[in-house]
Amino acid sequence: MTTQTLDRPRAERTAQAPFPLSADRPSFDQVPTYDPSLSLTGNPAYHPSAGQKVALAAVGLAALACLAGWASGTGFSGLLMAVVVLGFGGGGVAYAWLTYGRGHAGTHNHGIMFSAQQARGHAGWLWGILLTGLYVLVYWFPQYLAGLVAVFDPISNLLGYPEGSRQWVMYGSFYTLAVATMGVRAMLKYRHVRYQRIRTASVMFCQLVFGYSLPYLLVFFGQPELYLHYFWPLDYDGLWPDTFGWMPLAALIFGAAMIFIGTPVLTYFFGKRWYCSWVCGCGGLAETAGDPYRHLSDKSLRAWRIERWMIHGVLAFIVLTTLILWANAQWGVLGPVAEGFKKWYVFFIGLMFAGVIGVGFYPVFGSRVWCRFGCPMAAILGLQQRFFSRFRITTNGSQCISCGNCSTYCEMGIDVRWYAQRGQNIVRASCVGCGVCSAVCPRGVLSLESGPLTARFGTPQNNLIEDLDILDAS
Amino acid sequence: MDLVIIGNGIAGITAARHVRKLDAGARITVISAETDHFYSRTALMYIYMGDMTYTHTKPYEDGFWKKNRIDLLRDYVERVDTDARCLHLRSGGTLRFDKLLLATGSVPRFAGWPGEDARGVQGFYSMQDLDRMEADTAGVQHAVVVGGGLIGVELAEMLHTREIGVTLLVRSDWYLPAALPEEEGRMVNDHIRARGIDLRLKTELAEVLTDDAGRVRAVRTNHGDEVGAQWVGIAIGVAPNIRFLEGSGIETDRGILVDRYMETNVPGVFAAGDCAQHRTPPPERPPLEPLWYAGREQGATAAFGITDRVRPYAPGVFFNSAKFFDLEWQVYGRLQTTLPEHERTLYWQHPTAEKAIRLNYAFAADTSGDGAAVPRLTAVNVMGIRYRHDVCTHWITEGTGIETVLQNLGAANFDPEFTPQHEADFVAQYNRQTGRSLTLKRRRGWRQRLDVLAGS
Ligand SMILES: Cc1cc2nc3c(=O)[nH]c(=O)nc-3n(C[C@H](O)[C@H](O)[C@H](O)COP(=O)(O)OP(=O)(O)OC[C@H]3O[C@@H](n4cnc5c(N)ncnc54)[C@H](O)[C@@H]3O)c2cc1C
Ligand code: SF4
Ligand code: SF4
Repeated sequence: MTTQTLDRPRAERTAQAPFPLSADRPSFDQVPTYDPSLSLTGNPAYHPSAGQKVALAAVGLAALACLAGWASGTGFSGLLMAVVVLGFGGGGVAYAWLTYGRGHAGTHNHGIMFSAQQARGHAGWLWGILLTGLYVLVYWFPQYLAGLVAVFDPISNLLGYPEGSRQWVMYGSFYTLAVATMGVRAMLKYRHVRYQRIRTASVMFCQLVFGYSLPYLLVFFGQPELYLHYFWPLDYDGLWPDTFGWMPLAALIFGAAMIFIGTPVLTYFFGKRWYCSWVCGCGGLAETAGDPYRHLSDKSLRAWRIERWMIHGVLAFIVLTTLILWANAQWGVLGPVAEGFKKWYVFFIGLMFAGVIGVGFYPVFGSRVWCRFGCPMAAILGLQQRFFSRFRITTNGSQCISCGNCSTYCEMGIDVRWYAQRGQNIVRASCVGCGVCSAVCPRGVLSLESGPLTARFGTPQNNLIEDLDILDAS
Repeated sequence: MDLVIIGNGIAGITAARHVRKLDAGARITVISAETDHFYSRTALMYIYMGDMTYTHTKPYEDGFWKKNRIDLLRDYVERVDTDARCLHLRSGGTLRFDKLLLATGSVPRFAGWPGEDARGVQGFYSMQDLDRMEADTAGVQHAVVVGGGLIGVELAEMLHTREIGVTLLVRSDWYLPAALPEEEGRMVNDHIRARGIDLRLKTELAEVLTDDAGRVRAVRTNHGDEVGAQWVGIAIGVAPNIRFLEGSGIETDRGILVDRYMETNVPGVFAAGDCAQHRTPPPERPPLEPLWYAGREQGATAAFGITDRVRPYAPGVFFNSAKFFDLEWQVYGRLQTTLPEHERTLYWQHPTAEKAIRLNYAFAADTSGDGAAVPRLTAVNVMGIRYRHDVCTHWITEGTGIETVLQNLGAANFDPEFTPQHEADFVAQYNRQTGRSLTLKRRRGWRQRLDVLAGS
């Protein structure tokens, strides 16, 4: 073998094989390289170990206990609750540990696109419909869930929660269990990035303390149930006139100070992430239980256009509703109109959007549908982030290879690559600063930073001329 | 102007986008035999591993092309007729052009090994290769990958995610000796081995052994060992894809020969990307640059030439990056792996984690008129740590003194927030070795970066 032959492309092969034209393979769009099947995962390399099977069995047992509780109506709820909590929590954590906790740390999203459950296959749709159905029942027909609600009777009894609203204890418990269990999973999955560990610990802490323990502790001591990490407009009645009837003055002042002073100041320094991916309970669920579905967000320009109309529309809706309610409380002129606004806001935005669509459709639309299209708090934070914040995602010069990992795994549907490949910083209203784009980038291109307001957009590095406009009207 | 571009890779597409901006009236047609739309070749591995689908790897939405009046054609160009200024397509038609850009990329290199035509032996470059690999690795127990380059390790990782055993044959003592010094190369060796890859150094492929059906069953190495394998990936490098240009009158050597404006010997015919070869390469650059970044820069340069603007190819300070399984690597400047006489190196490695920083510097006595030779930064190499492109490039271009760089090194750090920073350790090690007492003045951050770039 001489060096000369080494340097020459192999003649026959370059001449014949490499380009099967249209007839062979019309398009790579239509035919996935690998078909996700009906199985939980179509990943050809997914062979769960014995330990993983045991962990899954524990989760399955917890699901069976839920079914049993639901079917039985009441009875032996203490035992069932133990099985549910230990099964989902213990089994889930064990499974996450066996999957991500051992072996080498690093970005491993392998097989996700083959998974029928995670890649919008049959299993994903089924799971989405099931979750959505549960939301509908919890909100409007809790009587059909009596047995399941009773599983958490030990807690409801302890708190002296009245019959008829105990479904919220069940809901809150499941929610918190999901954040805790899947939070451990997220910490293990992203354990190679300290930002992710700290941030996930923060959302878990906020849900466990502010979203669960503290409110129930208050109830236990006969105080009003307060959620200190939710402010108007996300907690829509936080500034509605009715609140003044029951909320302690200190809590009202705190809530008002947070939205009018705390929020702009914190967002100026850190971007909206201080709230959306570090504190918020909705964000907390998205970052933990929603993490397996983060890539399902729609990255199209169309989705971005819809997003901007919708989220600001919701913001206008809540501002208007609040103003009308106050005008009515003052002068009583608007009567039924004000009540109508309130009713519709609560129904469409508070329940349908935030709950049913926002969480129920995780496996179909991704984990941040509500945060991206509907949350009025996110809208306010976004406006501040876009126009008056030191936060930006810095692009590292020209190192981007346009691979698309960042855009794919951005839960907010931001086409991060669009900016990264032209060497420009990312300043977008919707970015919740989860940092996953930076974690999954294989070339070290992205970093979340705060710096001076000037020049935070940066100038494109890789385009000798200004690029074709991304939002050019078609 | 009728512009036809052959190849919808990064070079061809960057050119098309730039021409569209520079000349609103141009008619632009991009032809490719591979895919309907531009996708990111660098992401091929992620499709196989299931991290992304083909759709995710397309940097632009399908509607982008129509909106910007860039016509796409899926066909294979059989022959280029430079006299009649037209192309002959495999589908039978011809296509006329005023200006032509050849951006046809590369093909995998083979060495003429006995048995290399066996079923289950392939290179890895195109979507078709991926398709074939998907089909041919189904049910495979063990595979052999040949080549110690960036695609070799990607193939190893891909197979690894499908739980296929991998033997990786590498000619040298450590991974990527052309780009990595020994310490970093050995770190990569260890990293790959820790993933369970059977990495065989100083080993080359000698022969592919087949079964009765003409399918690979094993390979024999130059040491005479036989390794059982049902699939063999060849990744010893690429060569420009130019065979179809034979007889066209376009001058070629290893690649298509171009001047500083990316123009060939035929006026109005340009070449860019993997397939192009500089007649006079820019300083410190090789004549062939089969890299994503070079393709982008060359495509943009060609667009200026095509629209009759004078803007020579000037790629600036060299940089590159890659990832070996979970180990990230970035380099800025021409890193000399064997130091020339006037160059020195500073190397720091984390005692336990897979992290390393290297700064190379040179005594540029010839340029400093005042006698005293100031050692100036020439290259930065980081493993498992991310550094800022603009800060490193700034220092290298300015020829910043090594001690100034050391004191400000934190400003180059680009790791995510809360990541432990090691620049202080680096400076401490320098102080220990030299008896100096420098202190680290800056840590990571945007403000620090601006200060350094502003020269304060
Ligand atoms: C798996 C892999 C990973 C890589 N990773 C990196 C990386 O991390 N960083 C990096 O810098 N570089 C990387 N590279 C190299 C980089 O991808 C190439 O340098 C770059 O894609 C070349 O772009 P191009 O536009 O010159 O050509 P290509 O992208 O090869 O585009 C040429 C196109 O032209 C088509 N074509 C050719 N001839 C004809 C014809 N006669 N008729 C019709 N169509 C034709 C081909 O089918 C092809 O689609 C990688 C390469 C591979 C294969
Ligand atoms: S752009 Fe990055 S940090 Fe922002 S939401 Fe998307 S993935 Fe998270
Ligand atoms: S920024 Fe990183 S992840 Fe995103 S496309 Fe570029 S290289 Fe890929």
